Amino acid sequence: MREPTIFELSSPGRTGVTFPVSDVPKFDLPDDALLRKELPIPELAEVDVVRHYTHLSHYNYSVDEGFYPLGSCTMKYNPKINEDTCRLPGFLFTHPLQPIETIQGNLALMFEMQEWLKEISGFAAVTLQPAAGAHGEFTGVLMMRAYHKARGDSKRIKMLIPDAAHGTNPASAGMLGMEVVTIPSDADGNVDLTALKAACDDRVVGMMLTNPNTLGLFDQHIVDVVKLVHDCGGLMYGDGANLNALLGIVRPGDLGFDVMHFNLHKTFAVPHGGGGPGSGPVGVSKRLADFLPAPLICIQEEADEENPPLYGYETPKQTIGRMKAFHGHFGAIVRSYTYIAMHGPDGLKAISQYAVLNANYLMARLKKYYRVPFDRICMHEFVMEGRFEGTDIRALDISKRLMDYKFHPPTNYFPLIVHEALMIEPTETENKQTLDSFTDALIAIAGEAQTNPDIIKTAPHTTPFGRMDEVKAARELVLCCWLPENLPD
Amino acid sequence: MTYIPHSPNERDEMLKTIGVKSLDDLFDAVPKKYRFPKLDLPAALTEMEAADLLDELAGANESTHQLVSFLGAGMYNHYIPSVVDHILRRGEFYTAYTPYQPEISQGTLQAIFEYQSLMTALTGMELSNASHYDGATATAEAVNMAFANFRGKRRKIVLSPAVNPQYRETIRTYTQGMELSVAGDDANADLLAGPEALLPLVDRDTALLIVQYPDFFGRVFDYTKVIEAAHAQGALVCIAANPTALALYKTPGEMGADIVVGEGQPLGLPLWFGGPSLGFFTTLKKYVHKMAGRLVGETVDSNGEKAYVLTLTAREQHIKREKATSNICSNQGLLALGSAVYLSVVGKTGLRQVANLCYQKAHYAAAELSRIPGMGLCFSQPFFHEFALCVGKPVEEVNAHLLEHGILGGYDLGKDYPSLNGYMLVAVTEMNSKEEIDMLVEVLKEAVHA
Repeated sequence: MREPTIFELSSPGRTGVTFPVSDVPKFDLPDDALLRKELPIPELAEVDVVRHYTHLSHYNYSVDEGFYPLGSCTMKYNPKINEDTCRLPGFLFTHPLQPIETIQGNLALMFEMQEWLKEISGFAAVTLQPAAGAHGEFTGVLMMRAYHKARGDSKRIKMLIPDAAHGTNPASAGMLGMEVVTIPSDADGNVDLTALKAACDDRVVGMMLTNPNTLGLFDQHIVDVVKLVHDCGGLMYGDGANLNALLGIVRPGDLGFDVMHFNLHKTFAVPHGGGGPGSGPVGVSKRLADFLPAPLICIQEEADEENPPLYGYETPKQTIGRMKAFHGHFGAIVRSYTYIAMHGPDGLKAISQYAVLNANYLMARLKKYYRVPFDRICMHEFVMEGRFEGTDIRALDISKRLMDYKFHPPTNYFPLIVHEALMIEPTETENKQTLDSFTDALIAIAGEAQTNPDIIKTAPHTTPFGRMDEVKAARELVLCCWLPENLPD
Repeated sequence: MTYIPHSPNERDEMLKTIGVKSLDDLFDAVPKKYRFPKLDLPAALTEMEAADLLDELAGANESTHQLVSFLGAGMYNHYIPSVVDHILRRGEFYTAYTPYQPEISQGTLQAIFEYQSLMTALTGMELSNASHYDGATATAEAVNMAFANFRGKRRKIVLSPAVNPQYRETIRTYTQGMELSVAGDDANADLLAGPEALLPLVDRDTALLIVQYPDFFGRVFDYTKVIEAAHAQGALVCIAANPTALALYKTPGEMGADIVVGEGQPLGLPLWFGGPSLGFFTTLKKYVHKMAGRLVGETVDSNGEKAYVLTLTAREQHIKREKATSNICSNQGLLALGSAVYLSVVGKTGLRQVANLCYQKAHYAAAELSRIPGMGLCFSQPFFHEFALCVGKPVEEVNAHLLEHGILGGYDLGKDYPSLNGYMLVAVTEMNSKEEIDMLVEVLKEAVHA
């Protein structure tokens, strides 16, 4: 059943892809003292490698295989054309330090992408540099800090974060040594305005808010929330993880947000890659534009009758600096550019309309069987409780049992404010039949909870592997394997 | 509608189940004043039209397949075996999420475990995480780790001026809220000096010393003694390494490094205008709880079968929130897989060949170029596949001339080092034939005497 590791498959002397002999006169290598003695890299033939990774791929569940309703992850279908456009040789084989005259295609695409994201979000300026959502958050928080500092306001150290927030929000603020103040949610799943009012003072850097929040609810007092934060001199950070609900519906910039990151790997269909790469562009209001990371893409010389514009780089006046080497995850940006170009304004709005339709349809069908703590129209996702009165079945058990029905489980145990949370985000790319089968599976599991709870507690039964001994992994910490001859005695 | 599968009938049935009349009725919670903005974006293209548009944009570039490239400075033009992208194009890998459900994610988990094993083998370290965004951010995370290791009590890092300037900039951005001082990389530092010159700066307040291997100018130093001296002050040492060079040279592990990071792009990943690439991060077991990023460990499943899971997750943001070791969530999973496939398919033999070809060709180029009157190598120390060449003229001018002949010249070192105006950083890899190198020599001769 188990696939051996590439180290176990290695055979001394076997070769895969080899390289030409040198065509230049021979130069002596430096002294042995400066060279390594062993190179414990496996030795395989090309076919061994292809079969090995093909076998491994069979152990993965993926969007290409089936429904993947992970809440807050936006596991939508990843269009195949994007995989082709991002690999065009003109994109794939350009070096980030080439003279601008030789990379006008890349710069034109990035410039237009900045403009498109500004238009979609209502922000004044956009950087494409951040590598992922959390990296975008860190960029945003650095800019908020720099903004206050530039005004000579040095006592602001509190970041207000709702209890339903993603863990990356407090972690990003924590990286700058800020004091995180947790703001509770009210009975309707909105930010508790009384608690917010009490926390707003002249020590507030700002607030990091996901809207719609991780319960899938659009905050009904969003205008008041923004006003309270702005009135005490704070800035509003928007976590764009849930932007798939808002395209053509409302622009965070119009609502008064000052800064927001986009997750191109969620909203704009960049595949998740088994954990990455993502891409986390950041949009800002006018007052933060001068603090953006450098460089941005600009028009260096306007177009005239004969020539297209000349694109180049610019450095914002009070830039926080550079967030990573080079210009961001260009390969991801090309995918999202293709995706936006193929949707246009109406197509983008349809994405959010149908994402919200699908989530509400699932909730409407499931709420008779599972407790939904906040029963109102949701946005692109919703949260229900994975437990049944009189049984000890938990959200984790239901998740594992769903695998037997050939579905990827929802996000579980998040947000932390709901007991045994199951957070379900279907996305717009799933059809009614899929949603119905998923609902039927969850209803069947609710039935099993009464008639045969053991089958849920011991699930999954049909997957290539059973439940894992996570304690053993953490206790023994076996984090790598080696060639047999290099194994410690 | 492009990727939305609903028929009008299905849509209406679903609306009825929900109990609303229209799609727009689902958005009553959004303030009316701001609801349904008109977006000023180009009208939708079909796939056929989009393919044309993207083709045109890509075609407006001149790639390293059209130009002869001697540009490196952090990203290198290497051959990528066909197998790598064939594996990366498997939907089972690229359309999966982070492997939080191990029963149905063993493909990703085992691949990361193997990647971790390959990186420890290459660096000579004890463990590797599942990746960072790139070489620059991996180096910045090393600073975070060292700072946390001393619980913030050591407030200084010493940064070699011969570390990639973009890495140094990134470190300065990352640390601006940390009340940490950065020493060693001022613009007037003596670049001819070896790494020993940094040692007077390393004191009892120093959390971390960072050097690069080979350094930004391509030079290869044995850091063993420097590391010993830094350890004597109680400081940790991080080496930012080029993974191709590690196939040939003594490992940072053998030298006694505490953290080895770097840019993984040379291991089978495309230049892609700078990203996505791969930040690798390796260290010693004793620091595992202070390390950022995901980690895959071996275990058994309920049937006693060997299997893999994400482990020590209590360090991470989704558990620890503001007390986490880092805010990192998405990493470079697919690129880590790409590098694991690359290392598997070139194997021990292929990797040694690549490193040796880089070494041989770079040394041939250096020997031929330094024979041109008025030109010469900036440094006398041993180098790997990159070297600083004095061209005796503004590099921008020389590069413009090279470009007219279809050659992408080296990086202009004067941009980051005022004392190196007129110096070009030339990178040579297995992709450069002798003919191309000879052409560079000829055209450069012309350029400097033009």
